[in-house]
Amino acid sequence: MYVGKNVTRVDAYDKVTGRTKYTDDLCDRGAYVAQVLHATIPSGRVVSMDVSAAEAIPGVIRVFTCFDLKEKHYFPTAGHPWSTDVSHQDVADRLVLTERVRFYGDDIAAVVAEDEVAAAQALRAIKVEYEEYPFVLDVQEAMKDGAPQLHEEYPNNILKHTSIRKGNYEEAIKEPGLIKVEGWYDTPTVQHCHIENFICTAEMTGDRIKIVSSTQIPHIVRRVVGQALGLPWGKIQVIKPYIGGGFGNKQDVLYEPLCAWLCMQLGGHLIKIDIPREDTFVSNRVRHAIRSHIISWVRPDGTYAARKLEAFSDQGAYASHGHSIAAKGMGCFPQLYPCDNVEADAYTVFTNKPVAGAMRGYGIPQAMWAVECHTEDVCARLGLDPIEFRRKNLMPVGFTDPFSKNELYSDTFNQCMDKGMEVTDYLRKYKEYQNQTGDVRRGIGMAVFWYNTAVWPISLETSSCRMVLNQDGSLQVQLGETEIGQGADTAYTQMTADIVGVPLDAVHVVSCQDTDVTPFGTGAYASRQTYTAGFSIRQTGALLKERILKYAHQLTRMPPYNLDIVEGNIVRITDGRVLMTLGELATEALYSLTDSQHITAESTAQIKSNAYSFGCTFAEVEVDIPLCKVKLLDIVNVHDAGTIINPALAEAQVHGGMSMGIGYGLSEKLMFDPRTGRALNNNLLDYKLSTFMDHPRLRAYFVENPEPTSAFGTKALGEPPTCSVAPAIRNAIYHATGVAVDEAPVNPHILFRRFREEGLI
Amino acid sequence: MYDIKALYEAESVPHAVQLLVEHPEAQIIAGGSDVLVQIREGKRAGKELVSIYGLDELRGVSCEEDGALRIGSLTSFSHIARAPLIQEHIKVLGEAVDMVGGPQIRNIGTIGGNTCNGVTSADSASTLFAWDAIVEITGPEGVRRMPIQAFYIKAGQVNLRPGELQTAIIIPKAAYEGYKGHYIKYAMRNAMDIATIGCSVNVKLSADKQTMEDVRIAYGVAGPIPMRAVHAEERAKGRPVAGEEVRAAARAVLEDIHPRDSWRAAKDFREHIAVVLAERGLREAIRLSGGEIHA
Repeated sequence: MYVGKNVTRVDAYDKVTGRTKYTDDLCDRGAYVAQVLHATIPSGRVVSMDVSAAEAIPGVIRVFTCFDLKEKHYFPTAGHPWSTDVSHQDVADRLVLTERVRFYGDDIAAVVAEDEVAAAQALRAIKVEYEEYPFVLDVQEAMKDGAPQLHEEYPNNILKHTSIRKGNYEEAIKEPGLIKVEGWYDTPTVQHCHIENFICTAEMTGDRIKIVSSTQIPHIVRRVVGQALGLPWGKIQVIKPYIGGGFGNKQDVLYEPLCAWLCMQLGGHLIKIDIPREDTFVSNRVRHAIRSHIISWVRPDGTYAARKLEAFSDQGAYASHGHSIAAKGMGCFPQLYPCDNVEADAYTVFTNKPVAGAMRGYGIPQAMWAVECHTEDVCARLGLDPIEFRRKNLMPVGFTDPFSKNELYSDTFNQCMDKGMEVTDYLRKYKEYQNQTGDVRRGIGMAVFWYNTAVWPISLETSSCRMVLNQDGSLQVQLGETEIGQGADTAYTQMTADIVGVPLDAVHVVSCQDTDVTPFGTGAYASRQTYTAGFSIRQTGALLKERILKYAHQLTRMPPYNLDIVEGNIVRITDGRVLMTLGELATEALYSLTDSQHITAESTAQIKSNAYSFGCTFAEVEVDIPLCKVKLLDIVNVHDAGTIINPALAEAQVHGGMSMGIGYGLSEKLMFDPRTGRALNNNLLDYKLSTFMDHPRLRAYFVENPEPTSAFGTKALGEPPTCSVAPAIRNAIYHATGVAVDEAPVNPHILFRRFREEGLI
Repeated sequence: MYDIKALYEAESVPHAVQLLVEHPEAQIIAGGSDVLVQIREGKRAGKELVSIYGLDELRGVSCEEDGALRIGSLTSFSHIARAPLIQEHIKVLGEAVDMVGGPQIRNIGTIGGNTCNGVTSADSASTLFAWDAIVEITGPEGVRRMPIQAFYIKAGQVNLRPGELQTAIIIPKAAYEGYKGHYIKYAMRNAMDIATIGCSVNVKLSADKQTMEDVRIAYGVAGPIPMRAVHAEERAKGRPVAGEEVRAAARAVLEDIHPRDSWRAAKDFREHIAVVLAERGLREAIRLSGGEIHA
């Protein structure tokens, strides 16, 4: 059995020796380079553009402006499965180039040139005349009557507002003796900062367009490019090679439609769009900044009588993933700490800022910041122990969500918290760090998180798999689920080896997806792929095995049910005798003069289940009060992700998520000039992504309760590691200093302001 | 791919001067860790470059006859950080340049480039100000020397005339003998960052370690160019080694500094941090000098 073992990543050697090919490596040197001209006003309309000087620059092929777009096909960009139900379709509000500017950075023209130097010179030489409109940057300002409108069809800029009503909040708060705890919690706009910037190429053969893209979602890109160009989807071929990370930014269709459109305008010539880092902050996607307002009515015994949440999610200028993020965040509110009387409202609101889309955690890091900061505030207010409070109030074992049918099968929260307390020496430190004085103080804090694995029942969950038996008994495996650096191919290799009964090195998962040949799958998003692909691998593997054993029956006359495949051998289970190798069988099957067969299997699994995936973070900090600085001394994540397929890869996944959470909690924030809406720090110097010099040793632990709905007992681990890190750090700072900070990131600027307010400096 | 009009490679210092005279519009490039970034940003795109990176005679740390330390302008940060003469006499300069960027930048970046950029945040600059560094410039008229204060004219502009290049930075013996110093870079992360404010302090104690005979405090990012906190220095000089004296001197830096209010950091925040850094820097410099602060 290979599931559960630390097998080496299947792509490890190729990656470290530089042999893996990424989009740019695959691009022919004769490609034209396209660069995008971004608007330099936050709102308005392009009145005219003078491209004569730009087109006169040697090496410039052509400049295309928004006025060259004759057929306007509005398209959605979210990497969601398409819905055949019109009311569930994503908002189609983008054009490849736009006259109407809705944020500083909107795409208004593109230069095509022989090389990037000529393209950059041409970009600087284009003269643009704008008509400027008023703009709005703040989410609550944008909702006010009379605020500048971004999209006419969305009054008060509200893309969507949804609510949860449970029990009777207004009546419940009349209960005598209740203590009201209220807070406003803010999260910043942050960016994914994957190592490989977004890049794509497009080229035509005949009437078909071949796109190579650094994407998480090749089959979705195919559909959206078809929509954006008004072409039949089958005319589009999308290839996804190795990619250098995505974290959700590449779960959007980004510049593939523009690249394909430019290619069509130039007779199908190969075009490359390679987005500079500065542009990824502004003109790709960002994480929704969400402002949350929570009111809790708590009984003196530390139980909730009634709770209220309002969440205001900053969508930026276009719908992208839209309200899904805020809705997911709100959805966990009545579940994590169940309460009989809940009112919750989530608003997703357009502002004249960069577009927010999917990012690792999909609304839950924002929600956990609000909920877990608030939980600590409740404990502080009532003088309750934070761990005991959580033990008492967190989702109990057996809790079932009526909508998703998700059930908490195990005592996950207590097991995770117990583990975290044990490995951090929590109880001793929690006591030791109470009531400190002096300039430098220590604290320990924690936070839990809620997550679920896939998107059912909100969206389709489907996974298709193809297995092909080679002459030597080895297999190719193809899936629509994509390797984006997380190790998916390795997990699938382990699963396939176990299900079919072959050695690990007999399995070759085809890493590259090509929509012309790869079975349909919607790609890497949510934390779904190990879960969803598990079903199709198990189903297809069983199908393949059945066909192999049927053929083995022809060759051996043994009944198939007395046969098995073990480590690549056909074994008679009654006595364990090896009858032949799988390679011998496969060779015979292909070259047989009596019954030639190419043994393959292919199937689709539709997954109508989902799974909770919970855990927690413990953080220990040292706060230098006069310097307004936090040093993270220790950080531990504990996860119940069910059965762990590959512990080393799982640990690496958690480390990456923790790093992202540390930046979210302490340093990362994309800032905007209030006078122009321009991003101020859209580069890796001024945007304070944390470095490993800012990390202590990252520690990951697992509590393994096999998930009963899952093909391999596994469930979400891709996004969960990011969800509880920031509030755990904030709660540790609170413990150290007695100062609650409700705005992330807790950087020196905000600590300076808060320490001044609290009289510490 | 960079937008460069032409690249001329100097083979000697006189050749560099000649190239600069022949190409008055040309930009000098050394390690390129700033110039190439600026070209990519479009600021210096399409320019001629004179590369001096091959001039090994401008590399290295040596001791001149009068005991002055001479640092060739092309000496990289990582070279300076490991140089025995620096370790022995001005350890703090090695520590300061070891805080620049990351390892790759420290291998390619040079102290000459760091200072010729004319930016207030250069990690080497505040320490060079604090140690009364002398800048050596070579040009068509020969060699001239000036105190580093005179080298910095305003933000982004240094005292280099047409055809001139910086060839060395010199620390006179009188400036370092008997002094110990400490540099604190205050930044938003622990690597790959530029100082929000930087403070370099050094002190010379009396023989009995009871008096601060001399104190020099310099800042980066406390104004448009690096600066000395002269009021604070005067407040400390000749005073006893005592907590109250250290605190008073630190508070006095507010008379000297005038940091910007910007989106990178607020003025009041920078002022607060500047005072804390002065106190901590002075305390550490005293400790390194063998002094003990009472109360």
